[in-house]
Amino acid sequence: MNTFANRLSDTFIVDGRWRWFVSGLGYTMLITLFAVMLGCIIGVIMALMRLSKSKILRLISGVYIDVIRGTPTMVQLLIINFVILAPINVPAWIIGSIAFGINSGAYIAEIVRGGILSVNVGQTEAGRSLGMTSRQTMKNIIMPQAMKNILPALCNEFVVLIKETAVVGMVSNIDLVGAARKVQGNTYDYLVPLLSIAAIYYVVIKIISIILSKVEEGMRKADKR
Amino acid sequence: MIKVTGLKKSFGDLEVLKGIDQHVKKGEKVVVIGPSGSGKSTFLRCINLLEVPTEGEILIEGECITDPKTNVNRIREKMGMVFQQFNLFPHLSVMDNITLAPIKVKKIPKDEAEKRARGLLEMVGLADKADAYPAQLSGGQQQRIAIARALAMDPDIMLFDEPTSALDPEMVGEVLQVMKNLADDGMTMVVVTHEMGFAREVGSRVLFMDGGYVVEEGTPEEVFSNPKNDRTKEFLSKVL
Repeated sequence: MNTFANRLSDTFIVDGRWRWFVSGLGYTMLITLFAVMLGCIIGVIMALMRLSKSKILRLISGVYIDVIRGTPTMVQLLIINFVILAPINVPAWIIGSIAFGINSGAYIAEIVRGGILSVNVGQTEAGRSLGMTSRQTMKNIIMPQAMKNILPALCNEFVVLIKETAVVGMVSNIDLVGAARKVQGNTYDYLVPLLSIAAIYYVVIKIISIILSKVEEGMRKADKR
Repeated sequence: MIKVTGLKKSFGDLEVLKGIDQHVKKGEKVVVIGPSGSGKSTFLRCINLLEVPTEGEILIEGECITDPKTNVNRIREKMGMVFQQFNLFPHLSVMDNITLAPIKVKKIPKDEAEKRARGLLEMVGLADKADAYPAQLSGGQQQRIAIARALAMDPDIMLFDEPTSALDPEMVGEVLQVMKNLADDGMTMVVVTHEMGFAREVGSRVLFMDGGYVVEEGTPEEVFSNPKNDRTKEFLSKVL
């Protein structure tokens, strides 16, 4: 007779399986963090290309954003895992980071572009009229102001990515979903491991959301000066 | 100092400037007046290439700013611009607003740039506002800071685009006073404005624009007291 307590014990205690969940959560966060960083780099570059005067640069970033946003994340991950990075032996968490970095780069590009466009055109004119180059104006005047609009959306993107990276569990078993699957393989119990990771995702995301909204609030206060 | 020949500017199908020839000499204070939509702001914005002319040629101190090979940024250093909406940088303190361009563009050392900025702040009567942020200042104060910011690049020419139009009436005087002092110091100025008193008192030449042309020009005395063009007469009868 399998009581619920027994099933809990099988999921977490036996063989020190709780360590799988801890390491799974660690990898989920690691993948998310690297993906956001890569996504930010790609996103800023793509946004600047999209706003540039060059038709070719605009076209490249336009196609990139369109294709990435127009295809399923899961398919992108599978292509990168089984086609592009298949010939070389790359750790699964790096594959996940790259796949989600490329994916979120397209979304972040639109966030950054919106942030830049939200800054009054008079700011650019003032900078250029003082003899500053467009690059100097972008760096010293537009970007610092755009950040205010970009940061909240970026924080949201981070939270979304924590959840999205769950599909990494489809190509490897290193993340939280992978931990649940490993346990399933040993105990043939689906319910408890899945409910457990759902709870872990929920709590982690709650905590991070609260921290981020506090940070945002602090920034808004500092802004009122 | 500024030589404009055959200047035309269209926005799509709309032709805003239909052919302007003007020569502004060193030390001249040219005041541009006229009804809304007459093209006076566009004319001013073409001079430092914030608007790219559709046709025509603009020489600044002998250099052709409309030539694609010209380094526009270097010529813009010599021309300060003051905007209707001030356009101060809201994320920077007053001091940083003024010193940003001298430090980044002219590579002036920070302490020297700040020393100069303090002098300019004193000149516009806001020496105590160096550490304030634009949002903490009144419109009149912001516009005086904007003038100081433009002067920090040590320009030979100052362009004013309706500098008092966005101000509460009681703040117009303080800004005009700063501009008047600047004029008395011999600065070459092109001013687009609706302040007829200022035009009359400070202007060395008044241009009346309408429908994309300069339809009448002369000393303030000639234009205000003895206008020849019917359009000028009609406009002045409404605003004076």
